[in-house]
Amino acid sequence: MADVAIERNAAPRTGRKRASLRTALKRKSTAAFLMTLPLILLILLLVIYPAFYSLHLATLNKSMQRFIGLGNFQFLFKRETFWLVVEQSCIFAITAVVFKALIGFIVAHFVHNIPAKGQRKWRGMLLVPWVIPPAMSTLAWLWLFDPSYSAFNYLLAGIGIDRIPWTGETGWARFSVILVNIWFGAPFFMIMYLASLKSVPDQLYEAAAIDGANWWQRIWYVTLPMMRNIIAITTLFSLIVTFANFDIVRILTAGGPLDRTHMFATWAFRIGIEGGDIPLGASVSLFMVPILAIAAVFILRDINKRGNES
Amino acid sequence: MTRKKLTRRQFIAATALSSAALVTAPYVRGAHAAGKLSIGFWDHWVPGANKASTDIVNEWAEKEKVEVTIDYIPSQGNKNLLTIAAEAQAKSGHDILAMPTWWPHAQAELLEPMNDVVEGLIKQNGEVNGTVQYLGKAGNKWLGVPACVGSQIKGPCSRIDLMKQHAGIDVQAMYPAGSAPKADGWTTDTFLKAAEACHKGGVPFGIGLGETSDSVDTVGAFFLAFGAEVVDAKGNVVVKNDNVRQALEYYKKLMAFLPSDAPSWDDGSNNRWLVSGRGALIMNPPSAWAVAKRDAPQIAEQCWTHGFPVGPKGRFAPFLPYFWSVWSFSKNKPAAKSVLTRLSQPDAVEKMVAASGGYDLPAFEKLTTLKTWAEEGPPKGTLYHYPNPHKHQLLSISASPAPPKVAQQIYTQATLTKMCVRFYRGEPMEKTLAWAEGELEGFMRS
Repeated sequence: MADVAIERNAAPRTGRKRASLRTALKRKSTAAFLMTLPLILLILLLVIYPAFYSLHLATLNKSMQRFIGLGNFQFLFKRETFWLVVEQSCIFAITAVVFKALIGFIVAHFVHNIPAKGQRKWRGMLLVPWVIPPAMSTLAWLWLFDPSYSAFNYLLAGIGIDRIPWTGETGWARFSVILVNIWFGAPFFMIMYLASLKSVPDQLYEAAAIDGANWWQRIWYVTLPMMRNIIAITTLFSLIVTFANFDIVRILTAGGPLDRTHMFATWAFRIGIEGGDIPLGASVSLFMVPILAIAAVFILRDINKRGNES
Repeated sequence: MTRKKLTRRQFIAATALSSAALVTAPYVRGAHAAGKLSIGFWDHWVPGANKASTDIVNEWAEKEKVEVTIDYIPSQGNKNLLTIAAEAQAKSGHDILAMPTWWPHAQAELLEPMNDVVEGLIKQNGEVNGTVQYLGKAGNKWLGVPACVGSQIKGPCSRIDLMKQHAGIDVQAMYPAGSAPKADGWTTDTFLKAAEACHKGGVPFGIGLGETSDSVDTVGAFFLAFGAEVVDAKGNVVVKNDNVRQALEYYKKLMAFLPSDAPSWDDGSNNRWLVSGRGALIMNPPSAWAVAKRDAPQIAEQCWTHGFPVGPKGRFAPFLPYFWSVWSFSKNKPAAKSVLTRLSQPDAVEKMVAASGGYDLPAFEKLTTLKTWAEEGPPKGTLYHYPNPHKHQLLSISASPAPPKVAQQIYTQATLTKMCVRFYRGEPMEKTLAWAEGELEGFMRS
């Protein structure tokens, strides 16, 4: 419906204005906009403004008195530690997301096959790691991995295995931070995949069974194609969150030993806040944006394509 | 109802009286006539220690008619550093903020010069040590008042019994309570032999090799003992020198006798090492001993805080001072300076030192012989040598004498410990030095 206004005289015009305002307010889109306005303002204040502010910071020199354009990025590209952090962030994020997806997929199938009566209990229990704030649960992991008093090492010693330097050796430290991230993030994949599994129509499996499909063919030709979109979105979301991880690494290893577990966020904190070089810290954290943007474009484009096909 | 009519004369008289009252009102000394003052103090580890500062400030505020608010900001999770960074960005916040070690220099442009306060205090309380000058002064400008609260020396805290039993060293005889040290034989070589003996005895020295402050401070003191500078005072990268090579060789030998997991230690690991009775020595202020006094009194009774071993270039101990700085955008600078002067008076310092159980250290030389350190125990006198009363060792900070803004990077990136760990794990010396050179050149940004 279009609002048509024919100007005749002043008095009816005011009345018509009021009427059109009333109509506008009655529109669903206006109500929706007004209801989301607080959130939009919050995002503007807490996300958009800091994002642009960090862009501004990244263009300043160390003492923040001079504009140096892309100087901070040029400086970073020449640093050995920066490339180490890039490499580690990729290893950390990709390994953790792959394992989270795999474990989430398997566990979702197990839970899906549990009779409906007991399923809620299992769902609740399996979600526990994801529900506990990671800063708190990582502290528990820190004690389990403690260099001198590790509970794991105590158990290993009980069966005659030598102590493992969980956070002291480069390889083990990387393993430990990835393990904790998987432990924390796998339940999210599990619950998303479970929801997706429940929405796959049973008729498709029945048809596949009539055609003589085995379990693997059912997964490959029915389950996976039906879950593709949810897998893509979950992977993208988790990739972003894992790439930007701070708390697990910060609490468990603080980036050590020898910087071998630093991620973008922890290294940015080390440089920007602890080292007092805020512009360089901002540049490090901004470096995540292009990497994640490329991943997001590829994954979302694929989803759009499939959306259009369907 | 009758209504009283106001005459013209009455009206003029009333107006004149109320105007006079309004004009003179600001000069009447009300409860908070001298304005408001907000202070961000460091939140002390020691339970109850904050109360001493609060009491002194409140007493001053009452006398000076200033409305004071105090926030105690913890250093756990770097909350104090985040506060400093946020207030510097916003150019708004507390009038006075407690800043650890490197932060006055990092914010030098935004801090009010405190020369009038500090110079007066030096006249009154004696000179401050070189590290306080290095960290607290930019050119001729004092960036803050050296704070007693939070300042610490991270010297050795040894187990009397274990050092005697395994290394044959009587630390009490070497550092007798109440008199000057007799520690000429306490050299880096003796230290190494003692480390080996204690390692063999199953009670290794608990020295961390991680990236946190305790590890960095200890390695820094040993580097200085060998004259090993990585960046000189003028800001030149000089890491490829024989003193650094010598220090690395020494640390490699020492690391063989330290716990194998030392590279992953944080600032709590050495405390736990001592309190659990697993080691014969750690490098820490008396907080570990204080915890032991509470949780493991039989271990605390055997602890003795003393000086660092002497190396080829001298005897250095890590000193980490706090400063009370006033922002240039503070709205009540006179009151800020007044309260900081009050907090630095000998009686106030004595109260704060006592409240912290001897942990806090004033920077002024006349205030290093307070009775708290002489009397604290058990064993009595265990803290006597903690404040370096006989100037037996040079108080220093890791990465000095590099210009403070460069040294801050070396310190926070733990470049020295990383060099030691790399070399210990088999990397060739020249490769380690080349790596360090690359890192150090990166710290020269301005």
